[in-house]
Amino acid sequence: MALNNVGREIPKEYAEQFGTFEGQFARRHAYKRAAGEVTAVHPGDSKMLGSIREAIEKTGLKDGMTVSFHHHFREGDAVLNMVMAEIAAMGIKNLTLASSSIANVHEPIIEHIKNGVITNITSSGLRDKVGAAISRGIMENPVVIRSHGGRARAIETGDIHIDVAFLGAPSADCYGNSNGSHGNATCGSLGYAKLDAEYADKVVIVTDNLVPYPNTPISIPQNHVDYVVQVDSIGDPNGIAKGASRITTNPKELLIAENACKVITNSPYYKEGFSFQAGTGGSTLAVARFLADAMRKDQIKASFALGGLTGHMCEMLEEGLIAKVIDVQSFDRDASESMKKNENHYEISASFYANPGNKGAAVNMLDVVVLSALELDTNFNVNVMTGSDGLIRGASGGHSDTAAGSKLSLILTPLLRGRIPTIVDNVNTIITPGESVDVVVTELGIAINPRRQDLVEVFKNLSVPQFTIEELKEKAYAIAGTPDPIVYGDKVVALIEYRDGSLIDVVKNVRE
Amino acid sequence: MQKFKIEKQAIAGTLESSDLQIIIDANDGNGIQIDLKSSVENQYGRKIREVLNKTLSNLGVEDARLTVVDKGALDCTIIARTIAVVHRAAGATEKIDWEGLESWNV
Amino acid sequence: MERLRRTMMFVPASNAGMLRDAYIYGADSIMFDLEDSISLKEKDTSRFLVYQAVKTIDYGNVETVVRINSLDMGGRDDVHAMVRAGIQVIRLPKTETAQDVLDTEAVIEEAERQCGREVGSTKMMAAIEGPVGVLNALSIAQSSKRLIGIALGAEDYVTSMKTRRYPERNSDEIFFARSMIVHAARAVGIAALDTVFSNVNDSDTLRKETEFIKQLGFDGKSVINPRQIAVVNSVFTPTEKEIKNAIDVMHAIEEAEAKGSGVIALNGKMIDKPIVERAQRALALAEAAGVYKKGE
Repeated sequence: MALNNVGREIPKEYAEQFGTFEGQFARRHAYKRAAGEVTAVHPGDSKMLGSIREAIEKTGLKDGMTVSFHHHFREGDAVLNMVMAEIAAMGIKNLTLASSSIANVHEPIIEHIKNGVITNITSSGLRDKVGAAISRGIMENPVVIRSHGGRARAIETGDIHIDVAFLGAPSADCYGNSNGSHGNATCGSLGYAKLDAEYADKVVIVTDNLVPYPNTPISIPQNHVDYVVQVDSIGDPNGIAKGASRITTNPKELLIAENACKVITNSPYYKEGFSFQAGTGGSTLAVARFLADAMRKDQIKASFALGGLTGHMCEMLEEGLIAKVIDVQSFDRDASESMKKNENHYEISASFYANPGNKGAAVNMLDVVVLSALELDTNFNVNVMTGSDGLIRGASGGHSDTAAGSKLSLILTPLLRGRIPTIVDNVNTIITPGESVDVVVTELGIAINPRRQDLVEVFKNLSVPQFTIEELKEKAYAIAGTPDPIVYGDKVVALIEYRDGSLIDVVKNVRE
Repeated sequence: MQKFKIEKQAIAGTLESSDLQIIIDANDGNGIQIDLKSSVENQYGRKIREVLNKTLSNLGVEDARLTVVDKGALDCTIIARTIAVVHRAAGATEKIDWEGLESWNV
Repeated sequence: MERLRRTMMFVPASNAGMLRDAYIYGADSIMFDLEDSISLKEKDTSRFLVYQAVKTIDYGNVETVVRINSLDMGGRDDVHAMVRAGIQVIRLPKTETAQDVLDTEAVIEEAERQCGREVGSTKMMAAIEGPVGVLNALSIAQSSKRLIGIALGAEDYVTSMKTRRYPERNSDEIFFARSMIVHAARAVGIAALDTVFSNVNDSDTLRKETEFIKQLGFDGKSVINPRQIAVVNSVFTPTEKEIKNAIDVMHAIEEAEAKGSGVIALNGKMIDKPIVERAQRALALAEAAGVYKKGE
């Protein structure tokens, strides 16, 4: 067993294969970009295929290969299930599923795992049903969890080699020029898909909206695309892009958001031209509203907002409170529309967004990020992956990427969720190391990471109550009682790869 | 020492978040049996059972069958619901012995 | 200085989740309700819930109040439970006469003696919710040393008066009741609290109404949702000008005392006791609102 920099035990075989986490900026390895295989398409060749099955055959998909999908369609996605069902029906086995993330709607994956169709998975997240099944040990090989930036790094360095990428596109032409901002079921940015298209050996565009050539705007260009398949539906438009994300009315969440806003506006980073990334729901989205009020009052404009975007940020863009918005994923219909209409709303790839190994990702330029947490410990390590019951249910996402890159990272969390303390002695799983976390904001008040003595000084007279992280934990335990720890088994069901490729933690199976 | 006898079935509490619902039945001669379903079984199942048993013991209830559905109730809510359901089951809601309760409920 | 009572938040005693969290929202007082918001068949369970919650949960500096049922409808048990639990204030609903207060006080004293709680330590509040109570406001306010305030409950009042609430018309229908209550409170030296504003989504009218009752001299208002707390608190927060003025007054006093001077003047005006009290009150409100720290 190897003990890594944040005190987690990594089993020797994995420690040797991946290396262990030694610090958020410990690695700075130059690399040669990996590349996808390219097969020529001559004049007169058609890329249009009649069915998913034909696409699977033509791409030469075989046992043991790696397939990828993007998760821009969220819970409305129909592409992954449609393609995997066909792959399974064709008797192909032993695949590695390299989807950028996995949603609840992808429950059929559980059957594919049981039937040996999928024997390896790498993903940013595993939502409730699939996560719980994997936590119970249905897979032989552990899932590799990667952040958005980490997945981009892995693809660019060749750690992940995608044989076939099946990319759903709300709008595509017969040669494969695709975007996510036009069509019946729009998703806005295709940031994760752009990367797969560049590096996969074979790229299949799956669309329900074939438009005349040449399709513009172009998120995925034709010279990266091998085949195009038209289907009846790529997914449920309402699941893909929800209606406007509503600002919460929950008083506790609003109180947390207010406290967070006070921290931001009293920080040295809050000035003309600052940049920030807000969340997509609950307190982390409500902060955007309070921040907008403050910015109007103080006559401060942001130079850019980074997203994970919702309509609220896009409204701020339209109002002129934010100059530019750079977007790897659009969460609701308003955000998708904004990308279509507003020339200051830019789509970026996952690598541009957060790859720590490239020549400088967007998160490096970020001033403030507001994040949530399932759990937090007294070393400020954050868990967004496993629930308090030890089951995998969340996603690494851009959490560790933005926390590391930004100058000020805030973690917003209620002190307890129901009876469960969110601030504990040791989190179940570390996704983001404490050194990346600056301020924890709860409804009772804040805790500043002692590593940031500069912030302790700056916030001396802040009108929000301050506590040590231990005090917050004690308060939580005093109210709820000290929880019994989860009893894990011995089987490693997931490896948590930090954005630089090292292992920051592992997840063991939960014994029922 | 308080002493309550479960005369009839009674229910107290709700299935709302942070609450718990207890259905209590007589269990003559068979001691205390608790069937607990909790949303926080792993972390607090043991504690919840402990609090239920202790409160029943303080109330002098020797035989009872409890069916409990817990949605993350704190100890004070568990105690309150247990006191309430025992009073209902023992038909003691009209004349509450506050002295008796205070003797153990510090 | 008497404690601030700008906001008193209503919390139904049957809601276990709200009992836990009520104190975080910044209200000066929390009022656990055992009366009108609780159905008849859940009076017993709700009583045990609040009893246990007040015993266990640390509400910090927030004042804890319980609205009991009338004595013949479970109020006796409510009093016995809550005195033992350590509640700070017992609020009587629908108080009509001084005798109503005395009857409840007798039960409170009985409970205090039985459980060994300092006699007199449990305070009382009387809610006036009908014409008889309004007309008896003064004798109600004078009836007991335990009373720390009287409040208006306008919903029941307007029904008895055969009218309804007209918040869009400045609530003239409750002007007399408000006046009687604030006069009675001031005559006796206790707090005057205004009635709830039920439209949680209308902050503008809430603000206007709160500004009006502040003008009349009320100490605060009952609120039914955490969102209303910020609005009401802000109305009771002194402006920068008022704070500066108050500081000047206090400085003038200190200077005069240092000099041993008998008469104190500021800007050519004589400062007498009422002015000093207003200044002290302004600074206390400002401090509670977090916009002023003593010694700045």
